[in-house]
Amino acid sequence: MWGYYVALALRSSGRSKALTALVVVLLAFGVAACMVSFAVFRATTSDPIPGKSSRLFVPQIDNFGPTHTYQNEPPDMLSYRDALALLQSRKARRQTLLYPTQWQVASDNASVPTMSLHGDAVTADFFNMFDLPFRYGSGWNAGDDAQHASVLVISRALNEKLFGGRDSVGQEIRLDGKVFRIGGVLDDWNPKPRYFDIGTYEAERAFDDAGDIYIPFSRATDMKKDSFYSSCPTAMGTFDVSQWDAYLDSECVRIGAWVELQTPAEVQAYRAFLHNYAEQQRGIGRFAWPTNVRLSNVNDWLTHLKVTPKASSLSMLVSACFLLIVMVNVIGLMLARFMRRAPEIGVHRALGASRASICRQFLIEGAMVGFVGGVLGVLLTLLGLWSASALFEPQIAQLVRADLSLVAQTVLLAIVATVVSALYPTWRAAQTQPAWQIKINP
Amino acid sequence: MAFSRAFMQLRPIVSALGRHKVATLLIVLQVALTLAVASNALFMVATRMVHLSRSTGTDEAHLFVMRSSWAMGLTAGQIDANIRADLDALRHVAGVRDVIASNSYPLGGNVAGMLTTRLKLTMEQATRPQFAMVYAADEHAIDTLGVSLIAGRNFRSDEISTIGPNDKLKTPGIIVTRDLADKLFPDGSALGRTVFLPGGPSAIIGIVADLQGPLSITRSSDADSVLIPARYIDPDVVIYLVRTDGSATHEVMGRAMQALQQRPGLHVIDPKLGMFAMDAVREQAYATDQSVATLMSIVCGLLLLATAGGIVGLSSFWVSQRRRQIGIRRSLGATSGDILRYFHAENFLIVSSGIVLGIALAVLANSGLMKMYELPRMPFYVPLLGALLLWLIGQLAVWGPARHAAKVAPVVAIRTT
Repeated sequence: MWGYYVALALRSSGRSKALTALVVVLLAFGVAACMVSFAVFRATTSDPIPGKSSRLFVPQIDNFGPTHTYQNEPPDMLSYRDALALLQSRKARRQTLLYPTQWQVASDNASVPTMSLHGDAVTADFFNMFDLPFRYGSGWNAGDDAQHASVLVISRALNEKLFGGRDSVGQEIRLDGKVFRIGGVLDDWNPKPRYFDIGTYEAERAFDDAGDIYIPFSRATDMKKDSFYSSCPTAMGTFDVSQWDAYLDSECVRIGAWVELQTPAEVQAYRAFLHNYAEQQRGIGRFAWPTNVRLSNVNDWLTHLKVTPKASSLSMLVSACFLLIVMVNVIGLMLARFMRRAPEIGVHRALGASRASICRQFLIEGAMVGFVGGVLGVLLTLLGLWSASALFEPQIAQLVRADLSLVAQTVLLAIVATVVSALYPTWRAAQTQPAWQIKINP
Repeated sequence: MAFSRAFMQLRPIVSALGRHKVATLLIVLQVALTLAVASNALFMVATRMVHLSRSTGTDEAHLFVMRSSWAMGLTAGQIDANIRADLDALRHVAGVRDVIASNSYPLGGNVAGMLTTRLKLTMEQATRPQFAMVYAADEHAIDTLGVSLIAGRNFRSDEISTIGPNDKLKTPGIIVTRDLADKLFPDGSALGRTVFLPGGPSAIIGIVADLQGPLSITRSSDADSVLIPARYIDPDVVIYLVRTDGSATHEVMGRAMQALQQRPGLHVIDPKLGMFAMDAVREQAYATDQSVATLMSIVCGLLLLATAGGIVGLSSFWVSQRRRQIGIRRSLGATSGDILRYFHAENFLIVSSGIVLGIALAVLANSGLMKMYELPRMPFYVPLLGALLLWLIGQLAVWGPARHAAKVAPVVAIRTT
């Protein structure tokens, strides 16, 4: 029976070529627009550390108070004082402090001039918490943190540049003129979005590449390296950084903190700890406002930072509207197509076809048209993705790629869209009165 | 005349449409949705295009930027001496018209070095003072940037001091943009008046026509810049803005780079990111706006095509369904022009009802988008323009099927099939 329906569908498509072609092309464009937007959306909202994103949390403490916060949201980073307190309490399985900064990097390799490179000041747990892959060597341990050790981890790209890709563990390079020993060389690691060290101000830079250098937090603080992101509860939002000790002691926020918590019970416990800590600080008179703390996992954090580019969600919205309009269109065209065949339906019904079988026949026809539209849609989607570099900013465009699941989803979307659009026309077709249609034509 | 004849037929058209309620409703709905989406999308394109084609007020075609870090361990005095030496070296490069050292550059974005300030009108001002973005400048700034001084005077070379990242802004005289001057003194009396910087009072000695700050996203304050007569001594970075005399920019850039490297070991300049022409800066600053505008235009185009396609399809279907009726009308004396007009009038009627619904939807969608994406309110003429476009598209789309219908011979009326 199914084969027969398919044959009928093919025959009827052959009879109304223009109408069929119109439906197919419309569907293909509608579906392709949606899938191109979706591919971009998928890339910009992807989970940067799948499998672990629900176990990594960012604690926030409101040390600014209502006059300096926006809509009562605590600052996105911690003050030096709070950050250190959370680190030293060791209430989580693992915890790290970090902030992005930059150094002037020089080595004994005379062919490479001094470079100014970005990186992060981090603590020992950082490498395990974020699953950094090592090519050579490893990160450092808590002892190195405690001793403010001059040790560093460099990216694979920097290792290529300075040492030609050789195992450089134990070699020395200079950061801002200070000698550091290489403890490890990373393999390729470039999470997108760059979730681990972005502040709200820089959400638009969430798709920038990760830095090249990681040194102990304590050592970077000794070197008076400031964070790229610093925000102070002062009228100007800034602080005189030349008064370094006063700066560290101030309420300026500039340090990102992460904790790893395994079970819901641990999350609960940490939340309670965070609350208690803030309460205690309120008790000693630091905060003159209700305690306001947050603990968000990776995905909640990215939502909070609004890293998904507006262009991406906007194009998703617009192309969904486009598909909706295409579907309204297809309903009309399908209606025309099916009603044209009222006499044929009448004969079928008179010869004993049930309403249900008429429905089946027309829905299969719809699905077939949808399939063809989907196949054309895949081609258009690939074309759209290929030109994504012209439509989106380079750092976003390079994330967008087609894969098998995207192709399958495209075809599926086309079929679903057509079958849904064909529901009403099919119902109308099934309502055809046989007696009306098999009369000698009026 | 043709119009009145067409509208004589309104009654029969309406009653004929009554027999195709669903199909009519579908076109109405489609036109309405198209209008709602297209007018909002086109409005977005227009606002983005206006936004991204704003001039910075500078001679962008002939400007380029050099961004250099200083070698470690230089004192403020050494950096100041080096900036002077660099400026001198760059001014002697062939093809360079003028150079300044500053802390940031137009459209440069919120990167290290960007300075902002607030200007008070009185020392004791309690209300929120006027926000402004600061450029460190000297007597060459106006010529280098290519901005025009519309009132007052330029800085003199003996007025130029130095300022560091942690110093409070303090200077006897400043130059402001016209936009900022008007915000500070709406009565137009800005020149010569005193404003209060964080470090003390300062007189407005000059006003320039237009000079955009490093930001392009503040909406209201992008054009509020202050020039202060100082060299910015930042141990991390210095920015040179270079204006060429019209010779090929990339050649001048190469020579300028060589000039800085005459004294080795001082500069750390990223070979890729350390030097860029203003048009590259503009492209990067407005990349998102550009991509939104392009995307929206493409989707709009497709949308209008889809709507046109749908109208063609359904109209053809109607024509084929009504061949007999058309034949009867023709044999009763209707001219082929009457038939043509009938279908055009019918289309006009359907599209018009879609437009009424669509304008309501468009306004609704706009208020939703205003919340989600901080878009401005859409002026009412935008959906009206969209409506005109849809009327036109409807008439064009129905033209083919209507001509087909007009060709139906009267004899069809008496054929049995």
